[in-house]
Amino acid sequence: MNLAATGLACAVAIGVLTALAALVVPARSAVVGVGTVLSGAAAMLAGCAAMSGVSFVVALPALLPLSGMLFTLDALGGLFVAVTGAVAVAVGVYGISYTRAPDLRARGVQAVLPLFVVAMVLVPAAASAGAFLVCWELMALFSLLLVVAEHRRRPEVASAGRWYAVMTHLGFLSVLIGLMVFVARAGDDSFSALRDSARHLSPLVAGVVFVLALLGFASKAGIVPLHAWLPRAHPEAPSHVSALMSAAMVNLGVYGLVRVGFDLLGGGPVWWWLLVLVLGAVSAVYGILQAAMSTDLKRLLGQSTTENMGLVLVGVGAAGLFASSGNRTLAGLALVAALLHVVGHAAFKTLLFLAAGSVLHATGTRDLDELGGLRPVMPVTTAAFGLGALAASALPPGTAFVSEWLLLQALIHGLPASGVAAAVAMPVAVAAVALTAGLAVATFVKAFGVGFLAKPRSAAAAGAHESPVTMLAGMGIAAVACAVLALAPAVVLPGIEAAARVAGDPAVSGAVTLRLTGVTGALSPVLLGLALIVAVVALAGVVRVVATHRVRREARLWDCGGGPMSPRMEYTATSFAEPLQRVFDDVVQPELDVDVTHHEESRYLVRAVEYRRKVPDRIERRLYQPVLRFVATCGERGRVLATGSVHRYLGYGFYTVCGLLLLLAVTR
Amino acid sequence: MLRLWRKIRTVGRVAEPAPLPPATDQPPAAAALAGSVQIRHVDAGSCNGCEVEIGSAFGPVYDGERYGARLVASPRHADALLVTGVVTRNMAEPLRRTFEAVPAPKLVVAVGDCARNCGVFAGAYGVAGAVGDIVPVDLEIAGCPPRPEAIVDGLRKLTGR
Amino acid sequence: MSALGVVGGIAQPVLIVAGSPLLVGVMRQVRARLEGRAGAGVRQPWRDLRKLLRKETITPRGTSEVFRIAPLLLVATSLVVAVVVPFVTTDSAIDPVADLFAVVALLALGAVALALAGLDTGTAFGGMGASREMTILALVEPTLLVAIFALSVRVGSTNLGAIVSSTLHDPARVLSPASLLAAVALIVVIVAETGRLPVDNPSTHLELTMVHEAMVLEYAGPDLALIELASAMRLSVFLGLLANLFLPWGIATAATPAALVVGVLALVVKVGLLGVVLAAGEVFLAKLRLFRVPELLAGSFLLALLAVAASYFLA
Repeated sequence: MNLAATGLACAVAIGVLTALAALVVPARSAVVGVGTVLSGAAAMLAGCAAMSGVSFVVALPALLPLSGMLFTLDALGGLFVAVTGAVAVAVGVYGISYTRAPDLRARGVQAVLPLFVVAMVLVPAAASAGAFLVCWELMALFSLLLVVAEHRRRPEVASAGRWYAVMTHLGFLSVLIGLMVFVARAGDDSFSALRDSARHLSPLVAGVVFVLALLGFASKAGIVPLHAWLPRAHPEAPSHVSALMSAAMVNLGVYGLVRVGFDLLGGGPVWWWLLVLVLGAVSAVYGILQAAMSTDLKRLLGQSTTENMGLVLVGVGAAGLFASSGNRTLAGLALVAALLHVVGHAAFKTLLFLAAGSVLHATGTRDLDELGGLRPVMPVTTAAFGLGALAASALPPGTAFVSEWLLLQALIHGLPASGVAAAVAMPVAVAAVALTAGLAVATFVKAFGVGFLAKPRSAAAAGAHESPVTMLAGMGIAAVACAVLALAPAVVLPGIEAAARVAGDPAVSGAVTLRLTGVTGALSPVLLGLALIVAVVALAGVVRVVATHRVRREARLWDCGGGPMSPRMEYTATSFAEPLQRVFDDVVQPELDVDVTHHEESRYLVRAVEYRRKVPDRIERRLYQPVLRFVATCGERGRVLATGSVHRYLGYGFYTVCGLLLLLAVTR
Repeated sequence: MLRLWRKIRTVGRVAEPAPLPPATDQPPAAAALAGSVQIRHVDAGSCNGCEVEIGSAFGPVYDGERYGARLVASPRHADALLVTGVVTRNMAEPLRRTFEAVPAPKLVVAVGDCARNCGVFAGAYGVAGAVGDIVPVDLEIAGCPPRPEAIVDGLRKLTGR
Repeated sequence: MSALGVVGGIAQPVLIVAGSPLLVGVMRQVRARLEGRAGAGVRQPWRDLRKLLRKETITPRGTSEVFRIAPLLLVATSLVVAVVVPFVTTDSAIDPVADLFAVVALLALGAVALALAGLDTGTAFGGMGASREMTILALVEPTLLVAIFALSVRVGSTNLGAIVSSTLHDPARVLSPASLLAAVALIVVIVAETGRLPVDNPSTHLELTMVHEAMVLEYAGPDLALIELASAMRLSVFLGLLANLFLPWGIATAATPAALVVGVLALVVKVGLLGVVLAAGEVFLAKLRLFRVPELLAGSFLLALLAVAASYFLA
């Protein structure tokens, strides 16, 4: 047993034991918290060991009839195991006091959390199609149970759970069919056999396998147009579960795509990757546009997950394009950028969801229009969310800035390097990434500025209080991860490069300054941060010396001399996003409703004006509603068959068996 | 666009030559401003006669800006308040608050006879008093309304240019 | 880090800090003359700054440290950009930061700090300014990045020193369609980003028409001095960037005193001329309605995309 195997075994064992303990021990929150942390830490260790080259293979033939289960851990799987483990550590610490709420303390909910982590850790470790699909389904089931944890309190939760259940299973079906087609050709379901047989696949079959896998994995990653469940399920789940889902689970969609596309199928024709790139670009822009309009803090974060996964897919697609044109250096660079973004996104999305959970815990609302003024009462949460917002908005010195810089470098160097398809795709991809970056800045300024600064906009926000210390510690872990990834990405780059070997050659080197190998380009995030800090400190010193009045005077806000300003006069999230909503009017098509109530005496006097705005998901309305209507119609029609008579049902069975036998008799 | 360019060429400079600087009775607080005075204008209850004249004092002919005075949008940015009109009851408190909002060192200029001593409105029912009754006044500019030259002259006393 | 880079890293920030208020002074003076006025003199912005530093600082009740740090961060971002971008010398003091994306993102960071400060005050005007500024920023960013993309594709690097040097070695490149289209796109977004007409009116007194001014209505004294300085610095940094990306001639390539003097003079002349042209152009323009601005920016975005297409297909 080496380190990777021991770590993984420990992670699974601790997770399962914790789940069992949660069913019997009275102090469930603490036990589950500590257990999740330990399990996550063991997984992290295993993942890191795998990235540094330690590997193992475990075959468990008895576990699954017919095919058995096969587990291994390579660098690519190790990266995702480590990321999942790290998220679990932060979430576990956070959960110790967060899950004291009545709905979350329930035995079942508590026991499922460590099992969810275990399932997520096992998905990237699976080495056969059977093991992969079993773990994938377990992960989906456990996450579904966690999403509906608060269904007693809020009816929306049930609806979100239904959406999630249907979408995730359709995705599973797609992956299942894809892999089964692949396995049928290979004759064996282990990944190594699939890898060997990939060369003999006809382009048509390979294309079908890839597209089916892409559909399934894209739905898990929340990629447009299969994203509809994500902005529903992520906000309605308890916040620590949201963090796990948004920061760890959606990554596995990317993992599956990279595993199947690059590793098992060994790359493919240009159109595969163009498809991935276009899906990614559309998701990035659409996701962030929805987030920019959103006034629900957690929904906004969920939509931003779609955006970030879109950016990752842009990187993966670019890597595939370069790999298919034989440029392994650029393919490596693009995939490193994508995987670094996965890691960075895991860090800041954990932080943001945990901070949002802290806000929800303190105020009971996620509506940005009712928040505000949290800075004096929740200083740590405010700082945590501020850091997360900086990390998410691709501004230096932030986490996403480094990965987006790498992505843009890959795209820039890719334009002259490959054919006409790339020449059209690259500028569009750059434009999409750039538009996303700009809108992300506006979105997170809104979320942080409106949600946390200024004056409270409701009694709930005014009565907020800081969260207990373990919740703060959970956020602290994620915050440290964000800071390290932002300033010293070189810490994780060797592991990511090892994982990116599936597509290309190592692309980035250097500790302080990231230097691209093979193409020119260098960036030093730590020097950038240092220069900023030095400049701020020096300026503060100069101003202190030069300015003659040393004392700051406190004064009332400038209210144009009128009475004191009420919070109703502040800009809200809705009003903040209004100019953007007008600019993108044609894309988002908001539903506006203005009601003017007049005085009884005169129509010229206005008593009240009510303004309502809803930004429905346009893709959802155009794509899902017709499908749902069609299904409903089919159901209505099908009612004729179901009369409730048992004899009739038995008759159906009899005729079906007869038909099958007839078919067999004819074809044999 | 060409028409505008021709107009610029034919009209040339319309600002009148700067008159001699005023006799130096600069208010003490203005010395610290050293040639740059940002002004927030407050209409405390004026008939708008003074506003018209202030407008032309900053117009191209008199060009008050050439002496370093500039109108700004917020009292936080201002060094001096240019108050016109008698202070009506409704404007007494806002005027006090505006004065409070200006960072020190600050000055108040009362423009026009109404601002100085209530003018023809003295004793009217809605009048809270002259500007000097509400906030400390550093400089007065007489006239009903004062000529733009007088206003510019007053501003130059502040900027010292 | 070469000697040339170090000299540039010291000379450039000094030049930008000292010169940018003068640039604003020149631009106001040009406007004043074209409007038939006499003008306050080129040194007036410096007098304003000196006076503001002598005034007291005011912290409005209910604001947090975001409000206090924003002006410092705003100037700091411009200062770092002034240090690293090749304005006077082709080498940069901190070469791994002299990247076009990093520089654009740094300047955006400054704008974000100010927008957060505007929201932090909790006043309607602060929120309004922040909302408008962020909308414009979100639309400017794509154009900037795509224009940068067009410029750097042919050089094969986004390092500013590399781009400037390659233009020096191959002057014909400036007249290529890609470069010209990118230049027009950049000019439009620079006008938007620095808050000049027709996007924002820097001398407006009407709160409802404000963008930049609305966010800073609460600042007083030294804080305001920093913000005024920063907006002047951003203007000169953007104009300097525009000048050196397309007309880098005169920039010092060796650390000799003569070359440095020429470099400084060349920058002053280029930025000064651009400033005069910008100011003169403003006399002829009226401010656009806020919701017409996106159309302008979308147009410039299209130009930038065309520039990229040109850089590939006409190469």
